[in-house]
Amino acid sequence: MANLKELKNRIASVKNTRKITKAMQMVAAAKLRRAQEAAEQSRPYTTRFNAVMGGLAASVGGSGSAPKLLSGTGSDQVQLMVVMTSERGLCGGFNSNIVKKAKAHAAALKAAGKTVKILTVGKKGRDQMKREYGDFYIGHVDLTEVKRVGYTDAQGIAKTVLASFDAGEFDVATLFYAKFVNVVTQIPTAQQVIPAMFEVDEDAADTTLYDYEPSEEAILADLLPRSIATAIFSALLENGASEQGARMSAMDNATRNAGEMVDKLTIQYNRSRQAVITNELIEIISGAEAL
Amino acid sequence: MADTMQFDLVSPEKSLASGPATSVQIPGADGDMTVMANHAPTITTLRPGVLRVEAPDATTEYVVTGGFAEISAAGVSVLAERAVAKGDMTAEDMSEMVAEARAALNNAKEFFENEPGPVDDAAKLLADMVAMGDDMGIGSK
Repeated sequence: MANLKELKNRIASVKNTRKITKAMQMVAAAKLRRAQEAAEQSRPYTTRFNAVMGGLAASVGGSGSAPKLLSGTGSDQVQLMVVMTSERGLCGGFNSNIVKKAKAHAAALKAAGKTVKILTVGKKGRDQMKREYGDFYIGHVDLTEVKRVGYTDAQGIAKTVLASFDAGEFDVATLFYAKFVNVVTQIPTAQQVIPAMFEVDEDAADTTLYDYEPSEEAILADLLPRSIATAIFSALLENGASEQGARMSAMDNATRNAGEMVDKLTIQYNRSRQAVITNELIEIISGAEAL
Repeated sequence: MADTMQFDLVSPEKSLASGPATSVQIPGADGDMTVMANHAPTITTLRPGVLRVEAPDATTEYVVTGGFAEISAAGVSVLAERAVAKGDMTAEDMSEMVAEARAALNNAKEFFENEPGPVDDAAKLLADMVAMGDDMGIGSK
């Protein structure tokens, strides 16, 4: 039978844990709302940007003069993987899911004889990827100090990626992040950004003939690098919302588990207390009888 | 009263303005242009400059850099990487942007030693920034 004092301490400690997880859940809920708002506000830009890019890419893409960012380098030998994860832990399987997806992708590429290069965004992903793929690292972007992800952060990452592309260091770039569906579901996603691909909705594709100023090619060349930044920015925002959603449900579970544990321990505590009292009574009674 | 059209100004972080406008002056890469209702569908890239929106009841001005404007039958959408209401623009912001453009130019000079294209582009960007600052009276040295 566990010691009464020990049990009492244990209950107190689990209760404290429950308080902390509960608080974290509420903080995550508030942050989630903000993250969702940010994602919501960036959507008009992204949608329109992609619609215009899709139209441009479709009309210029066929010709031989298409920029490398769109048509690719003609090879897919060297692959860059940009793995985006969170800076903090305690968010359930969020980071592991992204890393798992990225690792599977890397393993498949290696099996196919390709060269893999990895750039990580977020501390947690770096730690997890480093164990297996430490040799393939080309860099890490630290956003620990960033309170709220802004477009400039995305531009910074895009700049790193583009500089390395211009230097011919890789042929294909893929982003890994978690797409936010709802609080309980976040889908780890791989999105290829170089060569650029734009999803054009066939039905919604507008058939307006635009005048281009300057030329179509010049506009495309100007906008393609920006499209990388836009893709990274929306991935960062999705990831931010997913992280908070995952943390919220993880902390909700933790709070519930702690509650169950408190109940169980309390029952155990009461039983032991009663057993002690019964014992004492028996001792007193048998003592009295012996007289 | 003149015809109005739908005008939207969006940056990646948020949508800044949306509403009817009678005319919009866009700092296009090839020169300023004024768009009024029923303009021919056009897509143009932006150079750093002042975007002037005339609505039926008020005129607002925004400082925009990088991006493009899409003019269609539905109206005008300006997608700018950075857009700030002109009144909110300070000399510090301006010099920061100019410094950024200058750094980009130096970068380009180093990186593309034998290709004039990107260097000229960066130089033009810097010149546009400085011109915009002077125009607004908060130019930096």
